[in-house]
Amino acid sequence: MASVLVDPMLPKPARVVQVDKDTHDTFTLSLETGNGNGQPAFAPGQFSMLYVFGVGELPISISGDPEEPGRLVYTVRSVGKATNALVTRRPGDQVGVRGPYGTSWPMTRARGKDLLVIAGGIGLAPLRPAIYHILRHRGDYRRLIVLYGARSPQDALYRKQLTAWTYLPDTQILTTVDYGGLRWRGYVGVVTTLFRYVRLQPERTVALICGPEIMMRYVIRELEIRGVAASDTYLSMERNMKCAVGFCGHCQMGPYFVCKDGPVFPLSQMQPWMGKYEL
Amino acid sequence: MRKEILESVHSHPFLKQFQPQQVDRLAELAQEARFDRDQIIFRQGDASSFFYLIISGKVALEVTAIGRTLRVQTVADGEPLGWSSILPSEGKHFQARALGAVRALAWDGARLREACDQECSLGYALMKRLLAVVAERLQATRMQILNMYSTPQKES
Repeated sequence: MASVLVDPMLPKPARVVQVDKDTHDTFTLSLETGNGNGQPAFAPGQFSMLYVFGVGELPISISGDPEEPGRLVYTVRSVGKATNALVTRRPGDQVGVRGPYGTSWPMTRARGKDLLVIAGGIGLAPLRPAIYHILRHRGDYRRLIVLYGARSPQDALYRKQLTAWTYLPDTQILTTVDYGGLRWRGYVGVVTTLFRYVRLQPERTVALICGPEIMMRYVIRELEIRGVAASDTYLSMERNMKCAVGFCGHCQMGPYFVCKDGPVFPLSQMQPWMGKYEL
Repeated sequence: MRKEILESVHSHPFLKQFQPQQVDRLAELAQEARFDRDQIIFRQGDASSFFYLIISGKVALEVTAIGRTLRVQTVADGEPLGWSSILPSEGKHFQARALGAVRALAWDGARLREACDQECSLGYALMKRLLAVVAERLQATRMQILNMYSTPQKES
């Protein structure tokens, strides 16, 4: 059988079909990829390299539904030149796409268990495909618990969706903000404070975490106190990824390349390297 | 009514680690308090009065400064509220507002302090438990100050 060699550094052009403003600095872009064969185009937790022609290339987590054919969705926060160029694309514009790359959330291993999804800030974006997957295959999982922390109500992602999901059976969605105005009637405080309001059954819980590293460290401590095993706790790590295929070494963390060995790691694998200075 | 209060004191998660006789003593002093949505439970600077354990509902702690009110924390079912009542001569640090219907157990701060002075083991148990709560809230406040969600990923 003839094998086809594909240059992993060569982006494929994709057309922007929709741009939605999530918050004052965060936008969700939908790209038409032409891959409409009915197979999932990516696994929840994976990322792509998005190239704005003439500006630069960025690793961006895929935030859409893995089973939506022909479309890849990305949520991007504008923090600099390249991300700003990305979020200011308009429908009809083209961007380059490489990937999807990296490891994924353990959706098969988590079957028959409670899924505890813990996200901070834009960390909800790479977890949303896992939530879509659970909702599409609801009978395969037990409870879905989502704990989400954001800076303020205005900074929270996917607000309408989170509200809609609270009405689903066997689903608990709790959002907290660091600071709330007088109109906000939800929780105020860091995401770890939400643990008080959920009843975990640690032996049948798989935890998926994504957010700022300092937040993940405190979340891990709460999970340990509550008896969730390190082998059932998964993290999505963020590092400065360039090549996305383990060549360049920019994203090295201890013995791992986050682009290739991650970004999703079991805590048992990542624990020795968490919080290490200059890693 | 009294029976209901006693049951609430005995089943409240905050008092789970307390000795039965300590819980009995607290139950003797407990009252029930109810607050409606948006009712101010206490204001910033109020002289300390009541210490509460929330049975149900959600309360926002707010800071009023420079003409605006900022919500900095919420406390809910199972949590203490107004811990500064345990300290003499302390005004309230925050304003507390019920975000919905709230039901709580309430203790008069002066009487509670008196009971703690009389029974040092009760006082020690209560202080130890509250110190853990205060430490946890201090840690949470530090994390809020970090503004961790806003730290942008450096682009090259």
